[in-house]
Amino acid sequence: MAATSTPSSLTSKLRVHALDGAVVGAAYLGTTPVFALAEGVLAFAGEEPLRVEAHKGVLLSLAADARSILTGGDDGRVVRTRGDGSTEVVFEQKGRWIDQVALGADAVAFSVGKTAHFKPAKGETKTLDVASSVGGLAFAYKGTRLAVAHYGGVTLWFPNAQAKPELLEWKGSHRGVAFSPDMRFVVTTMQEPALHGWRLADGGHMRMSGYPARVKSMAFTAGGKFLVTSGSNEAILWPFASKEGPMGKQPTMLAPRDVRVSCVAAHPKDEVIAVGFEDGMVMMVRISDGAEILVRAPDASPVAAMAWRADGGALCIGTEGGKAGVLVL
Amino acid sequence: MDGRAKPGHDALNDWRAPEEIETMAEAVSEKIPVTVLTGYLGAGKTTLLNRILSEPHGKKFAVVVNEFGEIGIDNDLVVGADEEVFEMNNGCICCTVRGDLIRIIDGLLKRKDGFDGIIVETTGLADPAPVAQTFFVDETVGAKTALDAVVTVADAKWLKDRLKDAPEAKNQIAFADVILLNKTDLVSEEELKDVELRIRAINPFARIHRTQRSDIAIDKVLGQGAFDLDRITAIDPDFLEGGHKHFHDEDMRSVSFTSDLPLDPDKFFPWIQELTQREGPNILRSKGILAFKNDPERFVFQGVHMILDGDHQRPWKDGEPKTSRIVFIGRQLNVPELEKGFRACVA
Repeated sequence: MAATSTPSSLTSKLRVHALDGAVVGAAYLGTTPVFALAEGVLAFAGEEPLRVEAHKGVLLSLAADARSILTGGDDGRVVRTRGDGSTEVVFEQKGRWIDQVALGADAVAFSVGKTAHFKPAKGETKTLDVASSVGGLAFAYKGTRLAVAHYGGVTLWFPNAQAKPELLEWKGSHRGVAFSPDMRFVVTTMQEPALHGWRLADGGHMRMSGYPARVKSMAFTAGGKFLVTSGSNEAILWPFASKEGPMGKQPTMLAPRDVRVSCVAAHPKDEVIAVGFEDGMVMMVRISDGAEILVRAPDASPVAAMAWRADGGALCIGTEGGKAGVLVL
Repeated sequence: MDGRAKPGHDALNDWRAPEEIETMAEAVSEKIPVTVLTGYLGAGKTTLLNRILSEPHGKKFAVVVNEFGEIGIDNDLVVGADEEVFEMNNGCICCTVRGDLIRIIDGLLKRKDGFDGIIVETTGLADPAPVAQTFFVDETVGAKTALDAVVTVADAKWLKDRLKDAPEAKNQIAFADVILLNKTDLVSEEELKDVELRIRAINPFARIHRTQRSDIAIDKVLGQGAFDLDRITAIDPDFLEGGHKHFHDEDMRSVSFTSDLPLDPDKFFPWIQELTQREGPNILRSKGILAFKNDPERFVFQGVHMILDGDHQRPWKDGEPKTSRIVFIGRQLNVPELEKGFRACVA
């Protein structure tokens, strides 16, 4: 932790937007920041503000790449929204909730209860039933392999191959799931205040615990050197640079406060993270020396979502209280 | 923080400081009340649910029903659940939660139009404990909703048989805060009294209401505050005569003790925590009103298996006997050991 007395501030540069609902997700479509609202709306906060009603109900899940945002709702629909505001219903099952979505290179994935669906751009949709309701979905970077988190572990599924899905077991309920950028590790956030990881080469387990609260937000930093997470009164960074991953190592702790971290976002190019807190404060932190810059002052509503523009030149922030901010560096 | 698991159970250390009472009371009032509706197959759960929903109370409810259960529920907001019971990976076997319910409540809480309460209907074969524990174990769910009461509908004619052959039915009676003894038109007054005694043998603190076709005033089912420490007023004195009395129904029983001598908190807290940690799987519910030495206030607590919640409630009134009372409902309770442990807490 660097000896910073008064952190420098960029709060005056933060462009503020008032939204009319709780933010549940954020993403950049090209250079346009987009906020997903709980009530099913995507609010485009570019030069010409735009409201897209993606769902007739609650927006439950979101995944994004540079060209489109994929959302799932309690209206039973999976919707793909593009930069021009056009929408396409990818899937619909009336009366069910779409709990999880994921975007791959040439495919989308989503879950309805215990069933994971894989829908390629060309070809037939495939489904896989797992042990419990799906807690999380993540594509491996090439998009041929899908990690499905559930009670009791993670199932690795190759929808286009004949191979039997591979089960990575660990007791407990697994919710979020992510592959490390180098594809050597799979990590889950659990119902308990802990993470669990597997080394794919040999199935080695990694237990990452000690959090005071459930981890709801995690991201690998540029190059995959660290996994940064929420769940404590500081950002927790587990070292993933070595072959063993974080086993037997202490995490780095940055931006300590007396308020819990609710959301984290890793800069796409530099070893910098954005750390959002339960009181609405956001700080930008340089991993190498822990230097902090204040981005958003606290206002009592938790930071719910953050996203970096693909070039790392801008950061968008949304809160549970329906406030949004965009920082262009 | 390190890379090794630290088995812990935060809820066990959830005793709150007295100065937090006021903020807690405020927090409770803002939370959405949740009513859990249980009962063996065919007892009349769905009839009760539809009665609650069709009364002209002007309230909006979100209803969570079993995916494959009975249909025909007359409400705008009905969500199907899978009844997924998850063990928490924290070393205590009895600490189970309903994973699907956590997911559903997360989703419901995002609705802009909101609602006044949540009613969770379980299947006839469900154990109420994981549903109840969900509201204490999951932080997000516990922050925005509060368990109001477990309401069990029992068939007056068949309950006696079910208590013999169905452990689920016994759990549902043992766990209940409110019991509707339904279909009373199908049995005689004598049979009713007998079945009520059997219920009392298992559960001394539930409120029992006799009903036909689940016909009951809504305020006897909703807004009970059964898990609200501020509303623990009494533990039925009928069952507390003579300092110690217990009732038993083969394996499931309730046991209660009283003490007119003040207790020592430094003895009581370690005892109750160790006891519920060790015997948690067997102790379904616990409740107590306690008088500590040199303490002008009543201390109240309630527990579900290993999860305990306790607080100072109010000053003892003038002339009110400072009697400590404690009740356990559970299986295979070692009564002499429990009594010895309780007596050893005297200051």
